[in-house]
Parts: sequence; C-alpha cells; structure tokens
Amino acid sequence: MNALQDTLARTGRETLKTLKLLTRNKMGLFGFVMTILIILLSFGGPLVWPPEASANVEDINLGISAKHWLGTDFQGQDNLRKVINGGKDIVTVAFLTGILATLLGVIVGSVSAFLGGRVDSLLMELVNIWLTIPKFPLLAVTATVVKLNDPVTLSLLMAFLDWPSLSRQIRSQVLSLKQRDYIEAAMMLDLGTRNIIFSELLPNMMSFITISMIGIMTFAIYQQTSLVFLGIVPYSSANWGVMISAAERRGVLFNPQAAWSILVPMGAIVLFQLALISFARSLDEVFNPRLRTTV
Amino acid sequence: MPTPIITLDHVTRTFSVKRQTITAVDDVNLSIREGEIICLVGESGCGKTTTGKMIAGVLPASAGRILYLGADISKLTGTERKKFRLGVQMIHQDPYASLNPAHTISAIIAAPLRHHGFTQGETQTQQRVRKLLETVDLTPPDDFLDKYPHQLSGGQRQRVSVARALTVAPSFLVADEAVSMVDVSIRISLLNMLSKLKDAMGLSVLFITHDLALAKYFAWEGRIGVMYLGRLVELSPARWLVEHPQHPYTQVLLSAIPEADPEATRHKKRIELRSMDVPSLLRLPTGCSFHPRCPQFLGEVCEQVTPALVESDGAMVACHRVTRPAPRATEL
Repeated sequence: MNALQDTLARTGRETLKTLKLLTRNKMGLFGFVMTILIILLSFGGPLVWPPEASANVEDINLGISAKHWLGTDFQGQDNLRKVINGGKDIVTVAFLTGILATLLGVIVGSVSAFLGGRVDSLLMELVNIWLTIPKFPLLAVTATVVKLNDPVTLSLLMAFLDWPSLSRQIRSQVLSLKQRDYIEAAMMLDLGTRNIIFSELLPNMMSFITISMIGIMTFAIYQQTSLVFLGIVPYSSANWGVMISAAERRGVLFNPQAAWSILVPMGAIVLFQLALISFARSLDEVFNPRLRTTV
Repeated sequence: MPTPIITLDHVTRTFSVKRQTITAVDDVNLSIREGEIICLVGESGCGKTTTGKMIAGVLPASAGRILYLGADISKLTGTERKKFRLGVQMIHQDPYASLNPAHTISAIIAAPLRHHGFTQGETQTQQRVRKLLETVDLTPPDDFLDKYPHQLSGGQRQRVSVARALTVAPSFLVADEAVSMVDVSIRISLLNMLSKLKDAMGLSVLFITHDLALAKYFAWEGRIGVMYLGRLVELSPARWLVEHPQHPYTQVLLSAIPEADPEATRHKKRIELRSMDVPSLLRLPTGCSFHPRCPQFLGEVCEQVTPALVESDGAMVACHRVTRPAPRATEL
C-alpha cells in the first residue's frame, strides 16, 4: 500500500514537473496551447456549430465582416464554421498516422538493433527496398484501388508507407546507445532488461522519437490534403483539403473576392503544422535536460 | 587460506577483427583476496581493461575460467548469479559517459535501491541516497540530489559513479582508469576516498591504470601486476616491485616515472629500449612478446620460447632473464 502511494506521489510530482517544463519555452507553450485548442475545436466545435445544411445565395463569396468573421464561400456558407467542421479528419489522420508509423519504426528499428546478425540484415534490406519506392505515387495509385473513405483506413495505409526511414534512424540510435557506459553500469547493477530499455535507453531517445513523430504527422497532413485536392480520395464530409479543392474548382484563383475561401483552410493547415512543430521544441526540453537553460 | 574472492584461471580473451584474431588477454592467472588492493598497470592496448571487464562479468572469457568465491561465473545461476552480479561492480573510465544524462543524481542512485528492494518506501530511499552521497564526499547532499550529470564536474560525476556502485553493497570494485580523465588536482582526493571506502567496507579493489606512479601511490599496501601485450609479466607486492623490479619492462616503466624534484628527474638514468614501437596485436612477436624491445635481450631463447610466470625472489615474473643466469650480462 505504501509503495503504491509512493509511486502515485512520484508520478504526480513528475507530471507537475513536466507541465512546468512545457511552459518554460514561449514558442513551445504557444505550440502546446495551439495544438490543444485545434484538437478541442475540431472535435468539440461541430457539436456547438454544426455544418450548415443549405446554401445562402445572398451571401456568396463575401469578405470578412462582423457576421462572417472569415468570410463566406461560393455557396454562401460561413468559412469559420466550415473550417471548424473540417478539422476532425485532418487531426485524426495526422495523429493516427504519426503514432502508428512511429510505433512500427521504433519496434522494427530496435528489434533490428538488439537482435543483430541475420535478422538485422534481413530487416534492413527490406527497409532499404521500401525506402526506394516513391511513396506519394504509390499512395495515389493505391488510393484509386482501395476504397479510402474513412480516416482510419487512410491512416493505416500512410503509416504503412511512412515508417521505414524512422526505423533506420532508431536502429542506429539504439546501436550507439546500447554501447554506452551507463547501459553497461545498469547491466552490472542488474536492473533488469525492461528497466534498462524503458528507463535507461528510451528517455535518451524520446526527444528524437517525438520530433520524428511530429515530422511524420506534418507529412501525413500534406499527403492527405494532396490526395483530397487531387480528387483521388472521395471525401463526402467537409475537411480542409476538400475546402481547398472545392474553392479551386470554383475558380477562386481568378476571383479575388473569393480569396478567403481558399486562404482559410490553407491558414488552418499552416497553423496546425506550426503548432505541432513549436510543440516539438517544448517536448525536446522536457526529454533532454541539457537543453534546459538553468534558472 | 580462505577462498580468494576472484581467481583468474588461465584466462584468455580474443576478438576477431575483419577475419583476423586479436588476443587481448593471453593466459592470465591471478587471484585476489578479500579486502586486497591490486593494481594492473601497462600501456594502452595491453589488455588491462579487457581483464577488468571480464572480472566484472560484462565480457565473457574466450578460454579459461573466472572464479568468484570459488565458483565459475559463467556457470552461476539464480541467487548465486545475483550475488556475483551485485557483488562485483565497476567504475568506468569516462565520467562523462557513465551516467545517464536523462536522470537526476537522486534518480540514478535510487534506481538500484528501489529495484533490488534495499530500501522500503520513499523516505528510506531518500535517506539512503543522501547517506551514499555523503560517503563519497558530495556534501551537502541536498545540493546534488536534483542536479543532472551535465551540471557536475568530472570529479563529482566520478563520485556519483562510485556512490551508484555502492548502492548494491559490493565486495569487489573494478576501477578502470577511474581517475585518468579527472583533473590532476582532484585525483588524489578521489584516490583517498576510494582507499577510505576500501578500509571502511572491506572492499577488494582492482585498480586499472596506465600510470605506474598512481599505482605506486594507491596500491602501496597491496600488489601491482604489470601487463604487456595481453600477458601478465610481473606480479608482486607494491613496495617490493618498486624497490626491486625484476622484469625488464617493469624496470623500464619505473625508470620513466618523473620524480618530484626536477633536478633528480633530469639526472635520473633512463633505461633505453631497443625499439620504441609497440608491436601490433595482430602480429605478436614470437616467444616473449617483449623481446623486440627488451634491453636485456638474451637471443634465441627469447625469440622462441614464451616465458612462464614463475616465482622469483618474492615476486612472480615471466622472463627468461630471471630464470636462468645471463651469459652475456656483462656485455650488456
């Protein structure tokens, strides 16, 4: 019972410390808050502001105003409301792809590094071949064959395509880290394999892993919107890619009045990516004590 | 005679590099008693560290046996293995690489305490951590608990390393060049701390160094073993070795130590080697591996026969020169 209390108290203190660290870097804090905000708006927003069902012929292609904060599109629908409703798919796909691809990359990379020998050669040869395949054309072609009308299937496919380069990097990290003296010291202290992996090795790779994950996430956002923009993935629901695609098809490029309907979804994508990348900076400080400037 | 804590029985370690075989440690016999200090000296690449790592159980021997309290360490299982694993600890050479940069000092020292259940509950763990930091002269301990390794100096880190090794109450400590990378000004205080710990806890220490002067200071009460290209060439009590070196290599090493008095150093007679080049480990000389450099080279016998480590005048020496009268000694 006492041990449990100790562990709980320790976890509590650690969480508090982590939160404190997250707020230390201004850029990182902006990223953290922004990411949370985008997630909340994308998932909670549609409940408060459901998508408009019909077109408003009187309000087509308006600029910003008090009534329509971010203008309206070719159907006269409010851009702000549309962008809030269009975030869910993008966020889901970004996080799912990021997490899945990172998991695959970390598992394959560390298994390869730990087992070595034949398994290592085989896995890395596979990865090398995988790396030479041009991903986006393959994704585009696959998307025309496989029905990709829900975010989960799309994430699975993209994660499956995106893990190899990470696995190579993880492999070399593990190979280098497992030779360190402090790992040897931990083995001599008989701290156990699980402990050595999770408390000696992993913390030293965490900043790298999270940053790679965020890299994969931003890449996934691009891939997804590109697919939608090219019209390969038939999305029925509104999302940022669909908004860009629709605006472009309605000739926004030749109609300065309608600029807002393409700038808004683009801005949303840029903001989300910026938020993720700045958040990565904060995470780096959380996982790497050497980066923390002393108070 | 009680069972020695560590016995090396014809231990050999080879490495294969690009289909070639390197013999890093060649047929070494050594036994270390409980509470004894023993220093291994030799130039880099002579197999000191490999020997230390084999004793610490992180590197298996290629041939021969290593006994911990009489039991072969490669065959230990269960509680016996655990006793050996925790009983023999090592201090690494590089204090900048031996502490995990992701953890605070208190986390580094508390981990083994918690994992092996040496302490019950958080308050007891923290108390023990503080006590250990005090033992290694990191006082006041509260200044160090929440620091990360990168915030400490080399000497302080090395002390943390020692404190971490002491968490599991070892009986044998391998100190691999433990003070080589630390500023000269704090070497002595580190060495004194190690001696103090050795006396207080009855630790046996295997101190590995390339610096014979350091070995002389640290092992004054113990023994010094001199290694050359993987072989133990001389082993004797420190005082005896210093006053009466028998192997030509030991004599050369001793003659090369500078004295505190610069005048004395300038006039000190240095023994000249026949060759300054250390032979490659890939092409070890035949017979006695020291013969191409030996100032007391005897001829054919040195080139062809590997000398065994034998008792001679209160020491163990592996040299043809000491086992047979030198016919041409006057000419040399």
